Amino acid sequence: MDAPYAIEMLGITKRFPGIIANDNITLQLRHGEIHALLGENGAGKSTLMSVLFGLYRPEEGVIKKDGVPVQINDPNDANALGIGMVHQHFKLVECFSVLDNIILGVEPTKGGFLQKDAARKKVMQLSENYGLAVDPDALIEDITVGMQQRTEILKMLYRDNEILIFDEPTAVLTPQEIDELMVIMKNLAREGKSILFISHKLAEIMAVADRCTVLRKGKYIGTVETKSSSMEELSAMMVGRNVNFHVEKKPARPGETVLDIQHMSVASRQHKKDAVHDVSLQVRRGEIVCIAGIDGNGQSEFVYGLSGLEPLKDGKIFLDGKDLSRSAIRQRSILGMSHIPEDRHKHGLVLDYSLEDNLVLQRYFEPEFTNKAGFLRRDNIRTYAERLIEDYDVRSGQGPVTAARSMSGGNQQKAIIAREIDKDPELLIAVQPTRGLDVGAIEFVHKKLVEQRDAGKAVLLISLELDEVMDVPDRILVMYEGEIVGELDPKKTTQEELGLYMAGAKRDEVRA
Amino acid sequence: MKNLLKRKGVQSLIASLLCIVLGLLLGYVVLLFINPAGAGQAILAVIRNFLNVSKANLQLKNLGNTLVKTAPLLMCSLSVLFAYKVGLFNIGVAGQYVVGAAAGLYAALQWGWGWLPCLLLAIALGAVSGAIVGMLKAYQNVNEVISGIMLNWITLYTANMILSGVTEQASPYTLHLRGNADQAILPSLGLGNLFNKHQYVTIAVPLAIILAIVVLVVLDKTRFGYELRATGNNKNAAKYAGMAEKRNIILTLMIGGALAAMGGALLYLTDFEQWSVGLSSVPGMGFNGIAAAFLGGLNPIGAIFSSYFIQHITAGGAFVDKSMYASQISDLISSIIIYLCGFVLFIKYAINTGLLRSEERALLRKQKAAAGGNTEKGGAS
Repeated sequence: MDAPYAIEMLGITKRFPGIIANDNITLQLRHGEIHALLGENGAGKSTLMSVLFGLYRPEEGVIKKDGVPVQINDPNDANALGIGMVHQHFKLVECFSVLDNIILGVEPTKGGFLQKDAARKKVMQLSENYGLAVDPDALIEDITVGMQQRTEILKMLYRDNEILIFDEPTAVLTPQEIDELMVIMKNLAREGKSILFISHKLAEIMAVADRCTVLRKGKYIGTVETKSSSMEELSAMMVGRNVNFHVEKKPARPGETVLDIQHMSVASRQHKKDAVHDVSLQVRRGEIVCIAGIDGNGQSEFVYGLSGLEPLKDGKIFLDGKDLSRSAIRQRSILGMSHIPEDRHKHGLVLDYSLEDNLVLQRYFEPEFTNKAGFLRRDNIRTYAERLIEDYDVRSGQGPVTAARSMSGGNQQKAIIAREIDKDPELLIAVQPTRGLDVGAIEFVHKKLVEQRDAGKAVLLISLELDEVMDVPDRILVMYEGEIVGELDPKKTTQEELGLYMAGAKRDEVRA
Repeated sequence: MKNLLKRKGVQSLIASLLCIVLGLLLGYVVLLFINPAGAGQAILAVIRNFLNVSKANLQLKNLGNTLVKTAPLLMCSLSVLFAYKVGLFNIGVAGQYVVGAAAGLYAALQWGWGWLPCLLLAIALGAVSGAIVGMLKAYQNVNEVISGIMLNWITLYTANMILSGVTEQASPYTLHLRGNADQAILPSLGLGNLFNKHQYVTIAVPLAIILAIVVLVVLDKTRFGYELRATGNNKNAAKYAGMAEKRNIILTLMIGGALAAMGGALLYLTDFEQWSVGLSSVPGMGFNGIAAAFLGGLNPIGAIFSSYFIQHITAGGAFVDKSMYASQISDLISSIIIYLCGFVLFIKYAINTGLLRSEERALLRKQKAAAGGNTEKGGAS
């Protein structure tokens, strides 16, 4: 009997300390179908794919190939089973040619010498069969992102892979390239390849996938036929309806404009498209504005441009009427910008420094902490640190001298928040301030943000969490592919509507 | 016991001592291969250094010799460890040392400058030499190791060229300062008398130790040091906090260059050695500074001891029985030991991973014991 499924992942459960990344998830991929895997950031898509690829071993569950249970212990096992993957960030050698990249790792040799002619023939044949136009002799660094992606696809085909995984393949493509990719994927499926398509863009899933499996917060929500479903249904499945808790706050009483961004663009490091394109927005005193969006739609780059970590490609930034577009980071900080960074280990803390040294990271140069001769005033630093620890309830093993590294994530975040808020800023930028925190710490962070608002500060929140987006801010701006595509009122909108904007299925002309 | 092992200072000390033992052991094995009969005696000779001679006053004289060469080595190791705190590997230290030696000697012999201006010129030119590497790194992202090595050779041949104007007749060696430029010899302030009227023991020795303390204070107590260590520990956080990364890179390498060049001047302005313009390789003093810095646990006070130790065994090598071993054996043995000194970080790493593993295992046991319990404990990241 011919098994109906190319790959079955049955009852997969994968736990990490403190979190269940995959909770009894089932995914069945039919022969020759395009199967979408949909879910928010952190829903467990990557974990599930890592399990399939042998990077993680699940605690429970079975993986079957063509109906036969298999053990996948490492990526080599996955390759041997004919499973191939195009990663979101391509794994190509920039200074090698297309052909060299395709054969890399499975080079045909004879007596130790490369035999490229046969390889070239096979590649050209595949390229023609599937409509994957590439120039085999061009160097990767010289070709477009679209052609780089076709090279990645050819890499899988050259290895005779039958199960092809595309991880967010459209994230880096232009609209035309996306259309081409859709055609290619359909071709591949028609030739009998089975395709897993990881995405959170609903329009693409509706256009290309036969079926769609939805995950939310590590749980399996369901599998639907796209033909008999709708974007609204998928969005609701992805987002869920239940709101966990509510943030207590009075109605906002916005004052004058503090932050005024005009036509800001930031170049991308990965590809030629701008990461942030022509964004204009204002934040006023006494309001919390949230930039919502799915991860990787330019939010990080937007904050880098705003805080000065990356130069602007275009546009202007005004803080209280002062032009900061080209100011140094220190200058922006002194003029009243505080920044709770997205990655507290990368940017927020010097992990090998003590807690007290981290608490003065933005102020160590002030006369209170450094005397005229350039020596640190240790006594004042200690007193200051002790006050912040007390006021913000930062818990640690040895108080001010605790190594930041040894503190829990929640308390590290509290320390950063204490430091940034106590600077008494005009504008507080909080990027995913509750990421990885437990419920208690999340409440604390939200309370502090609202307090800042009520104290007449401008607060700009950047968040991926839908609950947070709906609960905390007074205005929501949705960012999609580096542009602001909608402004919503959290009191009037629904998570479903928000989801549509975030997935690029809806957009307004937003006038700043 | 485990908590003691976790302390950084303890780890450094253990790692350094282990390196020394390993180095001596390996040196002993090499000696065994060459000539088993004298191996034990030879390695003892290396360890004993000045204690090989029996008369007390001769012992003092030999100790003095070791100290004279400890001063420049300490300066070089300070240069290396200072840059390393910012995450930079200053291999240009060898060339910067040459800059100092050449500048000091030339100003003394050609222009008849006194010792202080000579020393200051050496420091200034060393800073310039470091600045070149620093600017290339900061503005063009040229790897400081590559540009440092290149500059080492440029510096060596430039030094040879310039100093060939002040050599002895028909000899590649520069003129002795004594008799030709007495004003340029570093004052002894009576220190030489402590070492049996050792004419070469000068203020260089205490000066180097004072600078080690200065480096320690700058790194630990000042705003500048706070910025440098932050940059070395987490470049991104330093940038996020608005620290001037480029300026700090250049300043760090300038200071590194100045320290190493001062080391060069502190040796040659004692007249203990003459420079040979026939040199076709960069003197090893700078490179040994790298070993001394790591052996000293990248701590300025540690560097004082490690520099002395390295100089001690290098000098000790001279006492190996030359009738049993070729004359190069002393250099070979000391370089084996110095080479092993570079493994300090590796041993520290091994200690740490060992500790981490045992902790992980303990955690896993705990988790297994608590399985079925509450897994929704947050706060982890």
